Amino acid sequence: MATNTVKNGTSMSGASALVKSLEAAGVDVAFGIPGGAVLPLYDPLFDSKIRHILVRHEQGAGHAATGYAQVTGRAGVCIATSGPGATNLVTPLADAAMDSVPVVAITGQVPSAAIGTDAFQEADIRGITMPFTKHNFLITNPADIPRAIAEAFHIANSGRPGPVLVDVSKDALQAQTTFNWPSSISLAGYNPVITPTNQAIEDAAALITQSSKPVFYVGGGVMKANATAELRELAELLGAPVITTLMALGSFPGSHPLHLGMPGMHGSVAAVTALQKADLLITLGARFDDRVTGKLSTFAQNAKVIHADIDPAEIGKNRFADVPVAGDLKVTMKALIPALTKALAKNRPDLTPWLRQMNSLREKYPLGYDLPEDGSVSPQYVIERIGKISDPDSIYVAGVGQHQMWASQFISYEKPRTWLNSGGLGTMGYAVPAAMGAKVGAPDTTVWAIDGDGCFQMTNQELTTCALNNIPVKVAIINNESLGMVRQWQTLFYEGRYSNTNLESKRVPNFPMLAEAMGCVGLSCERPEDVDKTIEKAMSINDQPVVVDFRVHRDAMVWPMVAAGASNDDIKIARETAPDWDSQEL
Amino acid sequence: MSKHTLAVLVENSPGVLARVAGLFSRRAYNIDSLAVGPTENPEISRMTIVIDVQKHALEQVIRQLDKLINVIHIAELTPADSFQTELLLVKISATEKNRFDVDAVLETYDAKIVDNDASSITIEATGEPSKIGDLLKALEKFGVIELVQSGLVALERGSTALSDRTLSPQSIPTADDGGQADYQN
Repeated sequence: MATNTVKNGTSMSGASALVKSLEAAGVDVAFGIPGGAVLPLYDPLFDSKIRHILVRHEQGAGHAATGYAQVTGRAGVCIATSGPGATNLVTPLADAAMDSVPVVAITGQVPSAAIGTDAFQEADIRGITMPFTKHNFLITNPADIPRAIAEAFHIANSGRPGPVLVDVSKDALQAQTTFNWPSSISLAGYNPVITPTNQAIEDAAALITQSSKPVFYVGGGVMKANATAELRELAELLGAPVITTLMALGSFPGSHPLHLGMPGMHGSVAAVTALQKADLLITLGARFDDRVTGKLSTFAQNAKVIHADIDPAEIGKNRFADVPVAGDLKVTMKALIPALTKALAKNRPDLTPWLRQMNSLREKYPLGYDLPEDGSVSPQYVIERIGKISDPDSIYVAGVGQHQMWASQFISYEKPRTWLNSGGLGTMGYAVPAAMGAKVGAPDTTVWAIDGDGCFQMTNQELTTCALNNIPVKVAIINNESLGMVRQWQTLFYEGRYSNTNLESKRVPNFPMLAEAMGCVGLSCERPEDVDKTIEKAMSINDQPVVVDFRVHRDAMVWPMVAAGASNDDIKIARETAPDWDSQEL
Repeated sequence: MSKHTLAVLVENSPGVLARVAGLFSRRAYNIDSLAVGPTENPEISRMTIVIDVQKHALEQVIRQLDKLINVIHIAELTPADSFQTELLLVKISATEKNRFDVDAVLETYDAKIVDNDASSITIEATGEPSKIGDLLKALEKFGVIELVQSGLVALERGSTALSDRTLSPQSIPTADDGGQADYQN
């Protein structure tokens, strides 16, 4: 790892000070593209031990930094020039903010004397990114660079993680300065709550012992706090069902007997129903997102809520918390486990009937799909087979849409940081560049991008970057020649009027040829009997990126489904088919 | 809905007002009034923000504001535990004939004349919003030509200062000895 070998007090350019600061912050990889305003930075970067990966589009740099961060747990770094370079980072920064991913973006800015004059390639990127960065900086004095970089990494990584942007004017990069890496950081306005109050822990333990229908509602925060072992211990201690949101898949073993699956719009019947029927939600690092709650006023109406989160602003934002617990989730659970052990010793509620009900729901309504009657390839089957054939440590990175939901449903995530997707912002085009970043962060692990034909056409240019930089990702294009999720909504809510969702991507482009043109291996599969051997072929190629065009049935739909704005009680397991509630004892 | 007065200590650095205003805008919180100015510490500015929200939303506003890195401290000041005032400058039509009536109003509200000419006078008044509102109502009959009001400013009663209990940040070592610090453990 990088060590700060440059002595404080050394004279150098602002650009060199920026490179030395990145090294001092422990950066080993950065994704970016040079341009006019950031050129001075690229000169000393040429000599640095930081591996700079030259991407083809700044959006790719941003998502790659996110993928890297999701896999390693450390802030990813992206670099762009002023103006359009910087604005191309806007989408990935918004994406990282919504999913609480630590990213540090460095952008060049026009010279300070030109700021505000509508200079060539000028954009107020600090102003533009204020709403969805955790913090951002505009640096015009080279002496401020090391402190800004140190603070940027501290802010990005600590508390609730998030993206931070550091915009540096060209003259600050060019001017001479004295390098001074700060030995410590003190930010008067930034002190994340780490340790919850004893009272909150005691109250949480007491409420849990009064519950006969508790459920763990687990969000992405548990993984971010590296608290998956504590979650398992806590869940097994109480023996209550566990539900993991889209951002939390892998934070609790998918195959664990207490795991009921994913809640929400396309969650399992057992998970959705457990939340609706519970008398207590033990909420850990989740944020009561509308895709989870459905119509909020009808969500988990009989449940009390324990809400533990490192961000106090999430607690009570959408749903009142009977017991708010502000703090780091690892610290919180480490305190809650002994407190609950003690409380359960005095009073252990009988959860057997509750568990029996939930297990019966899980058995009666497993996730499943019908094979197409015309003998064509089922998209769910392809994804399920990839999950079975690829090695157990594999990392899966999805785009956004039907393929994303199927990948969340039909692959069992057993370990943390093996499932990456754009959960909050829902950014189509996330998969290829994020998979690139993931593979750079975990070079010895198989990384699959599960992508749609629509998503793939937004960002596939980064496969060139992968081919040239020895980043052998595998991409499965689930090609239903449609914007599939939009098409599904048109089927269900717009009388099958398929306005502008037909991408014709079984005709154009030729994905295997496109892949070959970018230096990848291109494969194609359009018969169910070829699925396994095509996946095995892709698995056998490890010195080049591989792209497989799985040509699948276009009318497959994602089930179960709770329609947008509807109550979770109105979950459908197929078109116009509700679970048979009458036969359930609930 | 009810009005709440927040005293917000912020770093005196560029862009802070934009961050605060942007937060209120994007989260759809309504600002009733906003006043910003320097404090006894040149590195710190103080905002007084009046918002019209429900109690639940007030907590959200405070917690979201607190997430801004440049925001150092937030306190709700109630009329009972603080002194709250705003400034009014108002120009009204005035002639020799009605001047006596104007003077009577000004005396009642402890307002003073800061400028005048043959056909108008400009009045300065300070006080809590209800008093300023009453004064304006009383002046309406003379004909208001133009007026400007500051946002409300508020200061806690007693000898303590908000900054007393907030300006001792903890110091965190940087990661210069082996990569990014492991913040999670």
